This record gives sequence, structure tokens and C-alpha cells, in this order.
Amino acid sequence: MLRKIFSIGAIALLYAACTACSVEPWVKPYERDHMADPIMSFDRDPVATSYLAHVYGVREGSRGGQGGNGGGCGCN
Amino acid sequence: MMISQRFLAILAFIFGIAHAASGSAADAAPDFALKSTHGDNLRLSEHRGEVVLLNFWASWCGPCRQEMPILNTLHQRYNKLGFSVIGVNVDKDSSLADKLLKDIPVTFAVLLDDTGAVSSSYNISAMPTSVLIDRDGNMRFLHKGYKPGYEQDYENEIKELLRE
Amino acid sequence: MVVTKEPAIKLLREPRAASLPRSALAYLFDMSRASLWDSLPLALLATLTRRLLTKFSLVLLSSAPLLFAAVLPEERADVLYHRYQGGGLTVDGPSVLIRKNINDKVSVSGNYYVDNVSSASIDVVTQASKFTDKRTEESLNVSYLEDRTLMTAGYIHSSESDYISKTFHFDFSQDFFGDLTTLNMGYTRGNDTIKRNGDDTFEETATHQEYRVGISQILTRDLIASLNEEIITDSGYLSNPYRSYRFASGNSFAWAPEVFPKARTSSTTSLNARYHLPDYRAAVYGNYRFYRDGWDVKSHTFEIGYDHTLPSGWLFDVHTRYYKQTEANFYSDLFERANEFDYMTRDKQLSTFHSIAVGAGVSYELPFKNSRWIDKASANLYWDHIKFDFDNFRDAREKSIAPSQESLYSFDADVLRFFLTVWY
Repeated sequence: MLRKIFSIGAIALLYAACTACSVEPWVKPYERDHMADPIMSFDRDPVATSYLAHVYGVREGSRGGQGGNGGGCGCN
Repeated sequence: MMISQRFLAILAFIFGIAHAASGSAADAAPDFALKSTHGDNLRLSEHRGEVVLLNFWASWCGPCRQEMPILNTLHQRYNKLGFSVIGVNVDKDSSLADKLLKDIPVTFAVLLDDTGAVSSSYNISAMPTSVLIDRDGNMRFLHKGYKPGYEQDYENEIKELLRE
Repeated sequence: MVVTKEPAIKLLREPRAASLPRSALAYLFDMSRASLWDSLPLALLATLTRRLLTKFSLVLLSSAPLLFAAVLPEERADVLYHRYQGGGLTVDGPSVLIRKNINDKVSVSGNYYVDNVSSASIDVVTQASKFTDKRTEESLNVSYLEDRTLMTAGYIHSSESDYISKTFHFDFSQDFFGDLTTLNMGYTRGNDTIKRNGDDTFEETATHQEYRVGISQILTRDLIASLNEEIITDSGYLSNPYRSYRFASGNSFAWAPEVFPKARTSSTTSLNARYHLPDYRAAVYGNYRFYRDGWDVKSHTFEIGYDHTLPSGWLFDVHTRYYKQTEANFYSDLFERANEFDYMTRDKQLSTFHSIAVGAGVSYELPFKNSRWIDKASANLYWDHIKFDFDNFRDAREKSIAPSQESLYSFDADVLRFFLTVWY
């Protein structure tokens, strides 16, 4: 399974690198108004979200899967 | 994987060099006319003969809000010597700009680019963006983003352009 | 994109259409930063996640809430009162988070969390395990921002009367491509010490490792999605010293301590998406997660929700979640005899079951225009109702019924979250 995560990581890196080569970003920095809105954050209230994830985590047989980072205003 | 990335980087570098080498003098700042927050129209070329700092900002952008009082200070300090800050707000809903200016009042003109046309003609690739334009209307310095300390560079560049 | 300014002459001149040289230059800047990566040992591959949950250790891994990769997370303080009530179990307590940014590069946060447990749950009543307990968890995170790279390291210490857990995590986040794409990687390592109340001779250990990788992509002005993969491996003592399996004995049944494998490896793939409605300040969000592990546990999770705001500062949230799991290969509600297999458990969390949850929340946000100390504050209340239905876990409290004929167990739970947040 470790090989799987390494190959996924490599694909992710290639994807990120390749997109920089030939395509112009289609959402301009000055069009990030919606993305900058807190309601578009994957995790607006971390303390509350992590608690509910904990409630499920200790009652279910599954682990993980709370990912998602990115978006935002893209400033600086 | 790492090798192909390096190859791409070298290729990119060559492209970049080739493009940059073919340039010559500074470029004229694209002219435009926009409505200001006071309702009147303002054209950039009306400021020919003055040094202008064109600042693109949005109400939802934290570093932009941080920068506003500092730009206001620079405007007040050097306005008499022939310098102006012109703010260009890129909010799609201009009332958000008005709301922010109530909290952070500024004495320089703020223009409303709600369609993004001017931002697009200036190829804005970061928020905020500040462009320093000299007395002949040419773009001379570009600042992408804002971090505390940038205002030192702004001030040095303004003084340099004022001396010309 | 770049921190240092450059003369306008080189960049502004490029016409919009000729994107290759310009983005190639930017790409080159990315690559120079990417040389940081060359020095990172390959073993530290991971993605950015917020939390890792290890069921057995009950550790809540709150890695830094990394919302925006090119600016530091907002400074804030949260005080949460949490309460879970269901299936005879009540757990409540506080969770406090404080985050402070030191300059524009470093952010520090600390969290203090308590679970006060009082239990008369089905496991307690049938097997007489713990009655009341208190779990305390402290964590500290430090984030460092350099241009478009955000690195976070954190340490979490969790302790209760019979379980101590120490966890370290490292996360790395990089923005690419005009800040439309974010690559997240993370690694977590935890060590647990498991004891048993009433038995001073009992002490076991377990270790957990997690590797995370994910990509977050802004697809349109209104839509963002992320795809994440987590590999979790555990080794050591992975069971519960108080829990037993049951086996048929005569006309009834008897208990024996459960036996777990000493290793577990799992893979979790999840897809998240958020969509901002074009004309209102509202958002729709959804999440799908697929889990499978070496114990044959497989699960699917679906979640959708809706956030609606009003200009006056109110926010309303509704959401629903569906979860379906199939059992571990060494699970059974009733084994035929003692020591029937090498590994045996009756842990209902490893059975075949599904759950449906509905929840709603309301928030009120108040801006502080004239205050030097506070930017804004909010009060929030969230309530979730979860119904668990087990397909092969039976209610062993029904004494008059023959084993394996008892009704399938199900229970309802309510989760309350009330919290105040201050931004400064």
C-alpha cells in the first residue's frame, strides 16, 4: 500500500507541474471573491468539524477521509 | 519523474530568457476610464505628468485591507509633490467596496472595475497588485501581493520617479 | 505570485495570449522552491489533512486548520462545548483553541480538549467495562509560510486513566498554477500505551502511521473540489482490554476476551466539493469517502449539506450523512465455540451496519468595527441526530431469548456543539 501512496503522490505532483506548463489559470486572482468567502472554506470551524469527525471515527470501523485544503483568496 | 521536471524547468528558463531578451523600453500603462466611488468618471491619462501608484484591491482580500492605510499615508505625504494613489476596486459588487471604505477611509480616488476589464488589461496575477507609473505614463515598477515592509520600497520608488 | 517585486518591464509586456513564457518563468520559480522537496526524505510523503482518527487511541489529531495556503490561517480563539448522548453513553466537555500569528510567516495554535465519559452503554451493561472516565487531550501546532508553501508540525498528547497516546504530525501544502491547485501531503506517527483498570500488570503498546496525499482544485469561480488519499497502518495491541466476544455454550453463551490481529493497513479515498451559488451568498457541499482495509472492512460515506447566509450576519446549515460498512473478517456476533478462530471480535464498530445522520446549525456573526482587540465574533449552535442500525450485532441484553435470535441492535444518538469564536 505504501507503493500506492508514493505513486499517487507522484501522479499528483506531475498533475500539478503539468498544469503550469501550457494552460493559463482560468480563474483570475481578481475573480476569487467567492473562493475567499468563509462559507467556501472546506473547514470553516476546525474545532467543531474535528469534534464531529471524532464522534464518527470512534463509532465506525473507518478511519481518515477528512481532507480538503485549498481555495481561499489566493492573495500574495 | 524528477528528471522530466528538471527538463521542463530548463526549457521554461530558456523560453523566459528568450522572451525577456527581446524587450526594449518600458511599456505604456494601458489607459482606461472608470467610475469612482463618488460617481464621477476618471481617466488614467488625465494624470499624465504625475507619478501614479495604481493599486488593485478587493474587499475580500486581507493583505489589501492591510495595505490601504499605508497607501493613504503615502498619498497624503507626496500628493503635493505630484504623486497620486489611484485605487482600483475589483469587487463584482461595488457596494462591498463602499462598506470597506467606511471602515478604512482613504483620501485617494477609488475606481470601480466591477467587470474586471481593467484588471484583465493589466494582466493582474496577484491580489493586491500595485503598479508605479511615471510622469510619461509608463509602467515602471510592479508589486505583486503585499507583505509588511513593502511600503519602504514603494516610498523609494516614488521618490525616484518624482525626481525624474 | 512572487514575493519580491520585479521591474514591470519584464512581465507586464507579455500579451495575455502568450502564456507559456510567463507561466514558464513562474514555473521556474516554483521549481526553485521545489528543490526544497529534493532534500525531504522520500519516506515523508504525505498530504495535508486536518485530522487523523485512530479509533483505538481515541486521539483527536487536529492539525492546523490550513484554509488558505498563501496566507497564514486567521488568528482566532474558539471555545466549544460538545455533548454526545446515545446508546446509553454520555460524553461531554470543552474544546478550546487559540491561534496566534507571530509575524507574517509563523502561526502557532494550541488546543485543549476534554471528554467526560459516563457510560451505561450496551457494551458496559453486557460486559461490565468502564463506567466513568475522563480523557484529556492537549495539542500544539506550528505553521511556517514561505511564499506558496505552508508547512505545519504538530504534537498531540492524549491521556485517560488507562490509555495514553502521543502523536506527531507533519503537513506540507503547496499552491500551484495561479493558486488554483493545491498539493497537500502529510505524515502522522502515533504511539499508544494501553493499560487496564484494576490490573497493574497489564501494559501494551501500539503504533500508528498515516501517509496522506491530496489535490485541491478550483474548477470555476464558484466550484472547488479535492481528492485525497490516506494510507493508515497500525501495529501492536489493537484491541480493547475490556471487550469480549461471545460463543455458544449449551443453550446460552459465554464470554471470552477478544483476540485481534497485530497489524492493520487501510486505504481511504475521499472526494470533496463545494459550490457557491452564483447569486446568493450560499453554498452546497458534498463528500464521498471509500474505505477499505486488510481486515476486509469496507465502507462508503456520502454527505451533502447546504449553507445559507443572510446579510444581517446569520448563517444556517443543514446536512445529512449516510454511512454503510461491511464487517471485518474476524467479526461475529456469536462464535460457535471458544477459540474457534485465531482472531475473534464482537466489536460492533467492526460489524456490518449503516447509519443515517441529519443535522442543522445556526451561527450569528457580529463584527467589532471600533475595537482594537477584536475583529469579529460569532456564536454557533449545531445539532446532529444519528441513527445506527446493525445488520449482524444483536442485543445481548435480551436474556430470555436464545442467542442469535435476539433482535438486531440499533440506537440513536444526539450530538450537540455550541461554540463561541473570536477573531482578532
